[in-house]
Amino acid sequence: MEPVRYHVLHETRYDYGSNVSLSQQQLHLSPRFLPWQQVHEQRIVIEPTPTWRRDGLDAFGNPVSWISFNAPHDSLCIRSAMNIAVLPHLPDEAMLDASIPWEELRERLAYDALEPLPEDLDAARFLFESPHVRVKHELAAYAADCFPPGVPVLIGARALMAKIFEEFEFDPEATTVSTPVLEVLENKRGVCQDFAHLMIACMRALGLAARYVSGYLLTRPPPGKPRLIGADASHAWVSVYAPGTADNWVDFDPTNNLLPDTEHITLAIGRDFTDISPLRGIILGGGGAEPEVAVTVVPLDEEEIPAALLAEPEAGAAEA
Amino acid sequence: MARTLLAIYPHSARRYDEMLKADGEVRPHWRPFFEHLDAVSPEDMHQRLDFADRRIQENGVTYNVYADPNGADRPWALDPVPLIIPPDEWAEVSSAVAQRATLLNAILADLYGEQTLLAKGLLPPALVYGQHGFLWPCQGIKPPGGIWLHHYAVDLARSPNGRWWVIADRTQAPSGAGYALENRLVVSRVFPEMFRDLHVQHLADFFRDHQDGLAALAPVEGDEQPHIVLLTPGPYNETYFEHAYLARYLGFPLVEGQDLTVRGDTVYLKTLRGLKRVHVILRRQDDDYCDPLELRGDSALGIPGLINVARAGRVTIANALGSGLLASGALMGFLPAICRHLLGEKLAMPSVGTWWCGEKPALDYVKENFDDLVIKPAYPTQRMEPVFGHELEGEAREEMLRRIEARPHAYVAQEMVNLAQAPTWSRAHERRLIARPVGLRAYAVVNAEGEYSVMPGGLTRVAQGAGARIISMQRGGASKDTWVLTNGPVSEFTLLKPSFGVRDLVRAGANLTSRVVENLFWLGRYSERFDDSARLLRVALARLVDVGGEKTAAVASVMELAERLKVLPTPEEDSEPAEGGEHVLLEAIYDPAQPGSLAANIRSLMWSATHVRERLSLDHWHSLNRLQREQQAAQKKHPTLTEAIAFLDRVLLVSSSLNGFAMDNMTRDDGWRFLIIGRRLERLSFLARGIAGFLRMDSARGQGCLEWLLEMADSIITYRSRYSRQAELLPVIDLLVFDESNPHGVMFQVNVLSRYLERMAHELGADYDARLSTASERLRKFSLEQFEHLQFSQCRSCAPCDELATLLEDLVAAAGHLSDGLGMRYFTHVGDVSRQTMAL
Repeated sequence: MEPVRYHVLHETRYDYGSNVSLSQQQLHLSPRFLPWQQVHEQRIVIEPTPTWRRDGLDAFGNPVSWISFNAPHDSLCIRSAMNIAVLPHLPDEAMLDASIPWEELRERLAYDALEPLPEDLDAARFLFESPHVRVKHELAAYAADCFPPGVPVLIGARALMAKIFEEFEFDPEATTVSTPVLEVLENKRGVCQDFAHLMIACMRALGLAARYVSGYLLTRPPPGKPRLIGADASHAWVSVYAPGTADNWVDFDPTNNLLPDTEHITLAIGRDFTDISPLRGIILGGGGAEPEVAVTVVPLDEEEIPAALLAEPEAGAAEA
Repeated sequence: MARTLLAIYPHSARRYDEMLKADGEVRPHWRPFFEHLDAVSPEDMHQRLDFADRRIQENGVTYNVYADPNGADRPWALDPVPLIIPPDEWAEVSSAVAQRATLLNAILADLYGEQTLLAKGLLPPALVYGQHGFLWPCQGIKPPGGIWLHHYAVDLARSPNGRWWVIADRTQAPSGAGYALENRLVVSRVFPEMFRDLHVQHLADFFRDHQDGLAALAPVEGDEQPHIVLLTPGPYNETYFEHAYLARYLGFPLVEGQDLTVRGDTVYLKTLRGLKRVHVILRRQDDDYCDPLELRGDSALGIPGLINVARAGRVTIANALGSGLLASGALMGFLPAICRHLLGEKLAMPSVGTWWCGEKPALDYVKENFDDLVIKPAYPTQRMEPVFGHELEGEAREEMLRRIEARPHAYVAQEMVNLAQAPTWSRAHERRLIARPVGLRAYAVVNAEGEYSVMPGGLTRVAQGAGARIISMQRGGASKDTWVLTNGPVSEFTLLKPSFGVRDLVRAGANLTSRVVENLFWLGRYSERFDDSARLLRVALARLVDVGGEKTAAVASVMELAERLKVLPTPEEDSEPAEGGEHVLLEAIYDPAQPGSLAANIRSLMWSATHVRERLSLDHWHSLNRLQREQQAAQKKHPTLTEAIAFLDRVLLVSSSLNGFAMDNMTRDDGWRFLIIGRRLERLSFLARGIAGFLRMDSARGQGCLEWLLEMADSIITYRSRYSRQAELLPVIDLLVFDESNPHGVMFQVNVLSRYLERMAHELGADYDARLSTASERLRKFSLEQFEHLQFSQCRSCAPCDELATLLEDLVAAAGHLSDGLGMRYFTHVGDVSRQTMAL
């Protein structure tokens, strides 16, 4: 099958109102390596030019950059542009059906003083509580009807995804980045991060491994289909551990009730949002610190590519 | 000779007794000490205890400083009878503690590196990945020298058969070594002969190893000298006393997070003279608070970017970030196998029986043996008090079991230990030894060879009740010195009187942090402010007492000036005129809630002093403590006017001793200069405001007013020696304003200030603020001849008085401007804190 190629532009702009004298930022804006994703070109343009920069991989294998500014500045603009191809990798029904029964997987992941399988140990990183994912019995109770005895883990996960999609309302006003999962469960409202955290928390409460995926979603409404929610912003979904499948992990998007394929572009994978927030920083000084974020995802076969995506970085700007 | 102390000392079959053998005979290594103790007369012992208490109080040894809004620190409770350990027994304990430190360091190296322990199934992932203490951003960071654990503490207990067991490991930022040191300094003086004759091992070598070990790991470049700082969360921390104490003892600057700044991949100390690279951070701050960029984003205590400095290998953080992970009691059961795997040795000292409920068989055991176990949290970050299984009944027991079932990996169960008992001097009896359960906290540090040195001694902790199972300083337990005896000679090395090298002399001024300078400046201002207000209040009170409590004209005019100077509150428009003024004056002395009161000023003074505690001499600190105690004691009763005057007399005496210490005992560095500048600025503005106000007050024209003005300015003696006659305006003004030799005169303050400011402008390369000199030049030109024929008692807002008052007020404004300018240029601006930003 043919890969689908995209241009992505992710622009973040801070207008601080007054001078920031010292600023340090951590960027999770470069796509990680995945078997079904090829990055043809990627660059990050930063204004003003950082005083210092370090690039590396984080503990989960995601590309990360740290930059700092020692000179006073009253705005910060970070533009990440990439040219990326996504190969179809949608799991078929048979694969979901053939996945390991969830209790069996739970037993496999429990500690038994023997040497664990490498993939199970790898998955154990995504098995426990993390800053945004409290593991509480209310969550296991919420997911219980999706996981009857003996059900394959991926069938159960799909049912849980559908349940969240049905019962929760997309509402950007309802939550912030720090709203606890239990509050989301109670109010039944939120955005993609909340639904991803909730689904992850449910899986972990059952003793299963699930990780948080950040990335982008194609925003062009396909003919005859409704527009997907989450457009023009970074997106987040869930990846569920299912050893024996092609990649050992299968993605689920509870915000849109579907299994991601070529319309989801992956940036980074972590235990939750904290590990891979796209831009996290500490500033000294400045007034307001609310960023303006604009994400544009354009399929490359489209005839018109917005000029902004092709523009060369301005003189004096740094380039990745 | 009274009957022996043994006659009533309780014997227990259920516990090991440190002093007595099972047959009731005193153990050989205790015999000399016991006989000495038995021979000390009650009076003598009483004196010795008094000495110990006084020392502790005067050194301000506290646990939980300033946790109480009234500043009521709890003094450290010390039992004078040491725990004595013979050489052979200590050799075993010491090597076991060193082995354990080596092992825990190797575990940290593995978990933050290859994680073979997880791959081999020797540790459950839940105890690593499941812990908030496992800091993911630190995965893969290799600290200088391969050392994660630079200082380590371990809580030991002795079971009835005499064996030592490990109860808990402290790997985050272990506390108590400073208290152990302080206990030693006190107890070795309570029993000086015994301390000498018994060949008690000294502690100084251990702390030198600590210094050397950290210096050896400093990632220095070229000819850089290792720059080591001690990072404290600040005076609100329960063990802040110890941080300040150790910083001074070890010779490391005491810094808070905002004193440090990261530029690129280097961390610096913000000093008065610019940024100075830091190579080693000995941290007493929990690791998850250390870098808000990558760890807890809500932490204002941290140093943004610090992890990147560690990644670049350009700082040694002791202990390495992420080391707190190993304080989990749940690890204990896994240590024997891990020890064999990593070190190829048998674990020398067993841990107390520990079951991690995350393993099914362990959980079953815990449920079956619930009554014999203590339930504790598996992760040190969990907030939960230990729960004794046998104390839980009915619904509470069911609830606990349900909680464990729901999240078994979050709980451990430990077997209950009957702690050993040791003799403790009873404070409730004239002469009695009682038995109290004790535990020992032992310490290890990495030395210059990269091995672990164990403190020969440690902090012996004493439970409050005879049957206690838990020892906690937070629950009111006490502590003891620990005497480890040696067969060989005792090392005479001491860190208390270090011989200074050129290196130290250079470091003294250059390392001053901006925050310390800021606090010294305010220490200077507040110590002068409380002195000034005490003097003014004493003037008023003395006059009130002289006339038997009646509010005469003189009293009224002093009180009016006090209102102008905000020492007394401004009376509200419609309020009744205070009858006699007694109440108002007493409140201005004793009520800490009243802004500008003496009590409030003393509190502010203590606050700034606490922040620079490591810079003050012990005597200096003793005086401050006395001051606070005086004030706290006075607050409790309802003092009379005479008592209030006596109180002010004592307070002023302490104040002059404080001033003496500042002049006599402090190094003349930039910090001291800021203290003096603060003091002079405060006195200048008090005098100038006071004299200007006096000149503008109609009530000041009355009988005896010039006298009280002289008294307020502490210049009455000088005046009388010069002009043996009644006070008159011209000579009074000359003495209080223009006489440059009067240390309580306006011009004297101006001259001293100018001298220091010029010097600082020169040395620190700053601009010299000209406003003060302009204002003082104009004042200097004022013609005193105008006062020659003035009838002060007759004049009402006459031109000369008004002109002088205006000039003085301009000087006050210039002083205020100067103070703001110093703050802008040199201080940290504690109010301006970093904050987190987040974008999706």
